[in-house]
Amino acid sequence: MLELKNYRTQVHNDWCPGCGDFGIVNAIQMTLLEMQLEPHRIGLFSGIGCSGKTPHFVNAYGFHTLHGRVLPIATGAKLANPSLTVIAVGGDGDGLGIGAGHFVNTGRRNLDFTYVLHDNGVYGLTKGQASPTLPKGLKTKSMPAPSIIEGINPIAMAIASGYTFVARSYALDVRHLKATLRAAIEHRGSAFVDVLQTCPTYNDINTKEWYAGDDLPSKAPRLYKLEETGYDGRVTDPTVRDEANSKKGNALLKSFEWGEKIPIGVFFKMEVATFEDQLANRMPALKEKPFVEHDIYSRDISPLLDELA
Amino acid sequence: MVNSFTWMIGGPQGSGINSVAENFAKACIRGGLHVFANIEYHSNIKGEHSYYRLRVDSRELRSHVDWVDLLVALDRETMFGDLNKVHPTHRGHRHEVSPGGGIIYDSSLKLQPESFGRDDIKLFPVPYMDLLIDALKEFGKDKELSKYQVMVNTIALGASIGLVDYDFDLAIESIKEGFTGRKAALGDLNISAARHGYDYAKKMFGQNAFPSRLRKQPLGAKRMMIRGVQSIAIGKLKAGCGFQTYYPITPATDESEYLESHQPDYNMIVVQAEDEISAINMATGAAHAGLRSSTSTSGPGFSLMAEGLGWAGITEAPGPVIILWQRAGPATGLPTRTEQADLRFALHAAHGEFPRIIIAPGDVAECFYDTFDAFNYAERYQVPVIILADKFLASTYKDIPLFDTSGMKVDRGDLLQEADLAKSPDYKRYQFTDLGISPRARPGLKGGVFWTTGDEHDEYGHITEAADLRVRMMTKRMNKIELAGQVIPNSKKTALHGPSSAPITLVGWGSTKGAILDGMEDLRGDGIETNFLQIRYVNPFPTEFVQKILSNSQRTVAIENNYSGQMAGLIRERTGIAVDNKVLKFDGRPFSQNEVYEGVKDIVRDGAKEVTLSHA
Repeated sequence: MLELKNYRTQVHNDWCPGCGDFGIVNAIQMTLLEMQLEPHRIGLFSGIGCSGKTPHFVNAYGFHTLHGRVLPIATGAKLANPSLTVIAVGGDGDGLGIGAGHFVNTGRRNLDFTYVLHDNGVYGLTKGQASPTLPKGLKTKSMPAPSIIEGINPIAMAIASGYTFVARSYALDVRHLKATLRAAIEHRGSAFVDVLQTCPTYNDINTKEWYAGDDLPSKAPRLYKLEETGYDGRVTDPTVRDEANSKKGNALLKSFEWGEKIPIGVFFKMEVATFEDQLANRMPALKEKPFVEHDIYSRDISPLLDELA
Repeated sequence: MVNSFTWMIGGPQGSGINSVAENFAKACIRGGLHVFANIEYHSNIKGEHSYYRLRVDSRELRSHVDWVDLLVALDRETMFGDLNKVHPTHRGHRHEVSPGGGIIYDSSLKLQPESFGRDDIKLFPVPYMDLLIDALKEFGKDKELSKYQVMVNTIALGASIGLVDYDFDLAIESIKEGFTGRKAALGDLNISAARHGYDYAKKMFGQNAFPSRLRKQPLGAKRMMIRGVQSIAIGKLKAGCGFQTYYPITPATDESEYLESHQPDYNMIVVQAEDEISAINMATGAAHAGLRSSTSTSGPGFSLMAEGLGWAGITEAPGPVIILWQRAGPATGLPTRTEQADLRFALHAAHGEFPRIIIAPGDVAECFYDTFDAFNYAERYQVPVIILADKFLASTYKDIPLFDTSGMKVDRGDLLQEADLAKSPDYKRYQFTDLGISPRARPGLKGGVFWTTGDEHDEYGHITEAADLRVRMMTKRMNKIELAGQVIPNSKKTALHGPSSAPITLVGWGSTKGAILDGMEDLRGDGIETNFLQIRYVNPFPTEFVQKILSNSQRTVAIENNYSGQMAGLIRERTGIAVDNKVLKFDGRPFSQNEVYEGVKDIVRDGAKEVTLSHA
């Protein structure tokens, strides 16, 4: 029986007190514990920024990559060894700014892994500039002037890109986040989880109090759970095009709900063939065991030479 | 003249010059002859002028020449250029025809012999369309002429074979091979077209119309017709590479497509990435996960890869192997033309300092052997390895013996297994060791959990900013290239061709090897004795060997396909020796045998310090 300590490292954590990243790393560790996944069967990948440090705090194979490049590096490792549980994490600047091209094309491929977006609206480690999800017109603490460009809708972008599991959760609701991460990891295909996260140092707008609705006349929390409203984003039969399309349409509509009410939960889910499945259809040997365990070091190239002779 | 012949076919892109040139070349090899075939084409899909050069000889060939014995023109532009256009690019190939040579062209162009401006060549007008219609009639397809129009290329091939009086059955055989299965019927049509061309030439121009002859020779050991992209791809398969990434780019893509087409037979994952940033990072991810991996690109793509290269360097990834098919830059430059101008870029791409191995194979055979070694070194030294090839190597066909794979052994370096890891519970991925190489685990192995980061790190792979650790880690990494320099033998890193001492030493690297070797023979015939120092490893650089050879030479001449003589600069940096003279070419076209001869002669006889060539 694995315990929580089996997923922790002794590495000194230098995140700001109250950072939403703590909630995310805790939820990751608790999810892995709940699923009893062995640390050596896990690959945790990150980009650059505060969230980039996440793998150093988790006892699992950890890859702290480049700014925006977490998905390509995770893709390469997953294809080499599909038996790994691969989780990639990164900030919204990392994934939707500098890494936007990779975000879109990773969705198209539908590898069986999970991508967790630390979505806090600011570039924290470079001291609070506007990041891609910050809505137009807002000015957080260290910005010289309000943003004059629109924010990206990560959920809509994920659905349009082809992610087959798209959900949102909240860093400070570790129970909900844990359940969402588990569903994402268990999903066969590319799972995207947009995690709303506070940055107590630089984002003085989307604070814990703001999410709690303290500024609203009703004082009602902004976040509500989709599953409690009867919303169901699961596609039961992906071969029926109309069902898939209408579920995507519903999810897109829901994803633009932002203001006094913000939905969290699973927006969309559909299981179709993964990239690995399709490669294995071309190369049936890949079904037998992870590619990295194949002996491909004594190939006979003589038929290729004869072909040219 | 028997069995010493150059042929050229020119026409608009899309007119099928590749297939007929390659069929002709194959027919020659099957007849025991040797070939060297290279193509020049525009960055365009249909319509712009392209041409394919085929040189045939009784002895092995290593280069092309700038004259043509028999020119096949599929259109007017091939002969006269596009000087009538607003932005002309060339003056046609009629000037390149050797005295006594000839031109096959479409008689329906109704050209006056005087218009060629040559009274020393023979003209062979052939009614392409009429012959094609006759050929199609035999199959009842003459009503579908427009569909089969491209087959005039095969009419011209047949006429060429008729004029040089070569074995027509060998041509039939190679045409047939191109059309198997469902396409077999098309093969019969093409054979008929070739026969109409052949018979026409025999009947109309007579037995002795053309002075050059091709005659079959006894076949020796089996030979293959291969170009650089295939050679490197096969090297990758032999080396146990399991993962190739790419983003479409000239002239690199053919390599990835070759690999993908052999995917089911060899279990090779080929991923077309969204850009070259992704391509290199996917490959590095796979390498860290324990799979031999590679990516292939040309200059514009490699520019995007710089960032990822640095990450592979600092994380001591066991690869990837990066094939850099150089083309004329900067930016888009001349996208379909050759150049050797990325030597410095390959050496210095990415910020900061980290070890990398850079190999520059000189011909199609070296492409294979160097690629195989590249994977061994990537894993042994845990460094990225760059192979510097170019468009000329990529697309040039040559016949060579089948690769000798005896003694080729995969060396995976210090790769741990679970049993090894069980013995040492406190595994450190970046452990300091005597040689500076840390034994590596891979994700999935029990007991091997590690961290890796593009930040400076400690032995576990966790971030550090400690000054002393930084110094030790940098030194550990940089020492690996010193170690590789000591272990990799000089026989792989460099070669001295020709006499061990000569009054003139030519220095070159990469694809100029063949032209230099052939040019040396011409120079010798003229009483100019040379030898040739080929530098094959750019890094680790064979400093002592180069120093020894160059300091023994009275005159040194660098021959490079770039503007500034980048290798000459590197030699000076590494050895302190200034190369005396340079023969340079940066018009996007490769060196020919005669250009090497002319360039060196200008220096030796006329006292030129530096010669820039352009034969266009």
